[in-house]
Amino acid sequence: MSEPSAPSSTRPSPAINPGVPLATVSQIFLEFLLIGATSFGGGVVAYLRNGLVAKRAWLDDKAFVELLSISQSLPGLNSTNMAILVGDRLRGLSGALAGIAGMCLPGGLLMFVVGILYHEHGDRPLATAALKGVAAAAVGLVLATAVQLGKRSLEHSSDVVFVALTIVGVNRLHQSVLTVLVVVGLIAILWYRPRKGQERSHPQ
Amino acid sequence: MKQIPALIRVFAYLSLLTVGGGMAAFPEMKVLTVDVHRWLTFHQLVHLYSVGQMAPGPNMMMIVSIGEWAGGILGAILVVIAFFGPTSLLTLIVGRLWSRLTKWPWRDSIQKGLAPVSIGLLLAGCFTLAKGAVSGLETATIAVVVLLVLLQYKVNPALLVLAAAIIGALSFGPK
Repeated sequence: MSEPSAPSSTRPSPAINPGVPLATVSQIFLEFLLIGATSFGGGVVAYLRNGLVAKRAWLDDKAFVELLSISQSLPGLNSTNMAILVGDRLRGLSGALAGIAGMCLPGGLLMFVVGILYHEHGDRPLATAALKGVAAAAVGLVLATAVQLGKRSLEHSSDVVFVALTIVGVNRLHQSVLTVLVVVGLIAILWYRPRKGQERSHPQ
Repeated sequence: MKQIPALIRVFAYLSLLTVGGGMAAFPEMKVLTVDVHRWLTFHQLVHLYSVGQMAPGPNMMMIVSIGEWAGGILGAILVVIAFFGPTSLLTLIVGRLWSRLTKWPWRDSIQKGLAPVSIGLLLAGCFTLAKGAVSGLETATIAVVVLLVLLQYKVNPALLVLAAAIIGALSFGPK
């Protein structure tokens, strides 16, 4: 099952682009299960690239970056969106389902057990004390992610205004995330609306 | 068992708010799971979210714990399907149409416009988390140290969170 160019009769699904290497549904499931079980500490993107591009060669770097850009511009987590997109590209709908199932299973099982343990022992003084440290660290972790993302994707001073409007809407005006997302999102999208003569500046 | 329909409704709705990551949905998750449905307390939510940062895979798998508390094993499974189903379907559809969308001039506008909003939502979620997690000088120090270490060095964040658990147990624990 490892021939790179499969005859068209074994093409698994019409959704698949020609030239995409052949991967079985169980290989997809196992690879994402491995990534889902080992990607400790966030940064799933690095684990995904390592597994899908470097190890399995299911994607080249260009395709990986393109799929990542789709993942990031849609709602949903990067890791699960990537599992859907890569699985779909390799094996259609069943590949997508295998990918997301593998991705979610290890962390899901772990948090299932953690939830039960926490429910029973979470109010012990030692556990409360440790969790106090964990929660404070999580704040620093999320802030670091925001700073790193901001450095990479905030280009114009108007972006800072949209960031501030979003925070004020949720934390100060106590509007629902949906309202803020729709209102500020629409303003920002209109701000960056396509302008005449600019279409040619976007490659491809 | 009677919480099952509410669990599905809440997490399917939260799914659509996860623009730029799971944290974007956190303020709304607090309102719906803590204030409206009372499946857990705010402190429990903060603890579960934070512990979830040490788990591998998608960083919102702590929803499984909420599902299990409110609806047992069935609740845990259905919460995952509700939370990842809607966005996965959307991703599947858009992923198949994407090559055709390259010529659509608004695609670029949407990507550029949503980038700052998603960072704003991440920070808004972070501030909501901080309200429950940072309560004094000690916890603020832990948060700032973790932030600075992560910006300065390449460390696995899970190890830092683990270190904070030990520091917490030693400094806030029973003497």
